[in-house]
Formats: sequence, structure tokens, C-alpha cells
Amino acid sequence: MEALESQIAEWRGFVAQRPAVDDRDVEELEAHLREQIADLDAAGLAADEAFLVAVKRMGGLDSLSREFAREHSGRLWKQIVLSGGGEQEQLDSRWPEVLACALAAALTVQVARLASGFPGDESLWLLRNASLLVVPFLAGYFARRRRLPLRQCLLTAAPFVVAAVVVNLYPYREGGSTELLVAAHLPVALWFVVAYPYMGGVVRSHERRMDFVRFTGECFIYYVLIALGGGVLMGLTALILEPTGAGNGERVIEWVLPSGAAGAVIVAAWLVEWKQRIVENMAPVLTMVFTPLFAVMLVSAATVYAVSGLGGAFDRELLGVLDALMVVVLALVLYGMSARDASQPPGWMDRIQLVAVASALLLDFMVLGSMVARVGELGFTPNRTAALGLNLVLLVNLAGTAWLSTRFLTGHSTYHRLERWQTTYLPVFPLWAATVVVTLPPLFAFT
Amino acid sequence: MQIEKDLVAASATPLVLAILADGESYGYAVLRRVRELSDGELEWTDGMLYPLLHRLHRLGYVNTEWRTPPEGRRRKYYALTDEGRAALAEHKRQWLTVARTLGGAWEGVDPLRLVLGSA
Repeated sequence: MEALESQIAEWRGFVAQRPAVDDRDVEELEAHLREQIADLDAAGLAADEAFLVAVKRMGGLDSLSREFAREHSGRLWKQIVLSGGGEQEQLDSRWPEVLACALAAALTVQVARLASGFPGDESLWLLRNASLLVVPFLAGYFARRRRLPLRQCLLTAAPFVVAAVVVNLYPYREGGSTELLVAAHLPVALWFVVAYPYMGGVVRSHERRMDFVRFTGECFIYYVLIALGGGVLMGLTALILEPTGAGNGERVIEWVLPSGAAGAVIVAAWLVEWKQRIVENMAPVLTMVFTPLFAVMLVSAATVYAVSGLGGAFDRELLGVLDALMVVVLALVLYGMSARDASQPPGWMDRIQLVAVASALLLDFMVLGSMVARVGELGFTPNRTAALGLNLVLLVNLAGTAWLSTRFLTGHSTYHRLERWQTTYLPVFPLWAATVVVTLPPLFAFT
Repeated sequence: MQIEKDLVAASATPLVLAILADGESYGYAVLRRVRELSDGELEWTDGMLYPLLHRLHRLGYVNTEWRTPPEGRRRKYYALTDEGRAALAEHKRQWLTVARTLGGAWEGVDPLRLVLGSA
């Protein structure tokens, strides 16, 4: 009997090593194994024979963990880069590609900076084109990594060409706001273009879309980390060069900062792919820390507004602030979702998230109500149109989220539905951003 | 008779749903029922049942609960939901259509009706 127990423990250890199979699955599989052994035992088999037959019937560990991975793709995600070959070997074989892409982006930005005379001349041209100078290299990196066929490579390149033409041929007026709006919306649209090569061209797959959401979140974290480190480096460089002559430090920063910021995008993306395990532990922690904090903030803000009203001084910037707030809430929802196991029952985090989403919605309704009431007297400006449109896009998304998570929490629906809603909605964001970039400037005569 | 892999895979979901429609059950018992129903003709690798059950759970077709019955070991029980029942009905409709079509193509022979009963 002891021999059997140790055999089962050993088997359990082997199964538990598979990343796609989590502890509860192992427990379930073990229960199954034990029943099978007990039945075979009752049929007259010796303990070790029964164990062998039961294990054989369970199936090979490789195919078993593959099946589990297929079902639990979130767990699989951390395996994508790790399967086959050691980590180190993969790092070695890939770094020239990464370095080439990062250097190309850095160089392009540098050339563009010199050409536009930034920062000596105030150049909105550079600001408008900034994302166009960096993101194509990221798309190219993924196109290469995923070994996209030529047709799909061309499909990836097409939006960049269109964007470059639109952004540079429009006759923006001096000091107009449409130019700034384009500068703000183009990066969003282009980032989603990266989704195409990132997903290997399979844009319809909801699982891949969720992978891209995950990737976006983690990439952002890495970028912030790199930026912090880079900031310290820049600051120290400036200080240490100060004695060699006034302005030397600033000149170095002038040169290094744009290129560093551009190259860091590629490096961050690569780090996400390479070192998923590290950030993976961070994603749930970050959402767990910030979701409750934002929930508290939103609830108090909504209460204050409900009690005191908007007051006489309607701030024109308020809608923009509100949009930013809703983007953050949505980011928390999406990021939390990408780190959550869909098969888990509703928990307190889901409730807190719903509170955050509902308060954001309430807040938005109140501000939007007063905004719409005044739109006649204020009139449509490019800024207000863009802010209202974004607000609508976010409102619909969060309303759907609130509705579906209420149904999930009350046991009328599954988490799966909520996930589907978000992954289905995902293309709306780049479409809206592209609409702003393409149609808003001509609509308002490029002012 | 060896039943082709694809056919086994395609029939797995409706089969499990149908077994759970008779009442809640757990993995090992579901597999035992599959063997009984098919007289051992349908060869399943035991482990493969669990990812399938988890998928049914994610889709909301089944509810799950860990329980320890009075005389027995701790098990994870699966019970069909209304949505699962609806999915089963849809599966049945599709399989019957396939059966009818095959029966027609095989000139009056309706072999699948024997398997599926008069449902």
C-alpha cells in the first residue's frame, strides 16, 4: 500500500509540473486515478498492476497537458516562448533581431528629429508622426517573429502607408486643434495594427485577442519600468556632465531621449515575450491593488457630484478628464480579465470591479447630461467632438461590462460571456481612433 | 471495431451532455457510463475528459462543486445547467440531421437511428 501511495505521489508530481495543469486539476485527476485503481483492485489486479493500467488509461502526459493548454489558453500563454529549447538559447538566437529593430526605430526618430529641427523649432510635424516612426518597426519585428507570409506582411504595411499619407498630406492650419487630435489618436490606431502580426494574422480568434490585451498591458508595465530606469540614468548623466560646460547635459539628453524612448518600445515588447513569467505574477497583484483604490475614488467622486451637482462653472476640460478616468477603469477591467481564470466562480474582486465600473458610469452620465444640455450653446469643436465620441465608445463598453458582470455575479451568466463581450468590442477602439485621424480634420476644415 | 478519432472527438460533447442530463455526476462515473453505453467500443483516453468538462463549465453548460459523499472520496461533481440542456437539444438536432442524411444516402438503411433510438 505504501508503495502505491509513493507511486501516486510521484505521478502527481509529474502532472503538477505541467504549467497548463493547475493544482485543482491535479486533484481532480488524482481522484480519478484512485477510483480507477480501486476498481481494478476489486477486479483482482495487484496494486502495482492496477496503478500501471490506470496511468496508461489516463493518457500520455504530453497529450494530456496539450489538451489542458488548449482549454486554458491563459495558462498556456506563459508557455509560448518557453516550449521547446531553453530560455537562454532562445534569447541568444533572437537578440540580433530585437537589436536591429530597436536601433532602426531609434535611428529613424533621430533623423526625423534632426530634420525637423526639434527642439529648437516647435515642430508639430514630429509630434504628429512620432508613432509612425516607431510602431512600424514593432509590427515588422512581429511579422518576422511570426513568419508571416508576404501577403500578410503587405496587409500589415498597408495601414502604415495610408496613415503616413493622410497625416502628412492634410493641410493643417497653424495652431489648429485637429493636428493635436491626430497626434493623440494615431498611436492608438497604429498600436492595434501591431495586433495583426502579433496574432499571426488570426484576428478573429477571441483567445488571440485576449493574448493581445495581455501583451498590451504587460508591455505598458515594462515600458514604464524602462522609462523610470532611463529617467534616473538621464538625470545622473546631466548632473555629471554639468561641470564640463553649461548645457552639455541637456544636449546629451536631447540626443539620447528620443532614440531611447523609441528603442524602448521594441525592447519592452520583446521583454514581454521573453520574460512572461516575471510580469505574470505582477499583473494580478497590480490589478488587485489598484482596482479597489480606483473603486473608492470613483464612488466618492460620484457621491460628491450627486450631492453637490456640477455647479455653475462647467469646466471644458472635464469631459477629457472623465474620458481618461474611463480609459483607466477599462484598462483595469481588461487587465484583470486577462489575468483571471475564466473558470473561477465570482469573487470579491469581481464585485469591487463592478462597483468601480458602475460608479464610473454614473459619473459619466451626470457629466454627459449637463454636457449635452449645453452642446447647443457651446457648439461642436474638434476637441469636443473627439471627446464626446470617445466617451460614447467607452460608455457602451462599460455599460455592457456592467450588465454582463451583474449577470455573472447573480449566477445568470458565465465569465466567458463577459470575456467575449470585451474581445468582440476590441476593434471598435482602433476604428474610432482611425475615424478621428481620417475624418475629423477635413470635417472641421483642418482648424 | 475501431471508431475513428475525429468521430470520437465530435461525439464527445453531446455524449457527456446527455450523460449529465440524467443527473449530476463526476469524471470517473461519466467515463464508466460511456464505456457501458458503447460496450467498450468508444475508446477514450481518460484524462481527455477533464479539459472537455472544463470547457463545458466555461461555456456555462455545467455547474461544478467539490463534495465528499458520506461513503466515498472527495470528488468534483458536474451538473447540467439550463444552457447545457439547450446545447444538448441543439446537438441532438444536428446529429439527427446527419443521421437522416446518411440514412438517405445509404438507400433506406438508417443505421444511426438504431444508435440514437427514436429521439
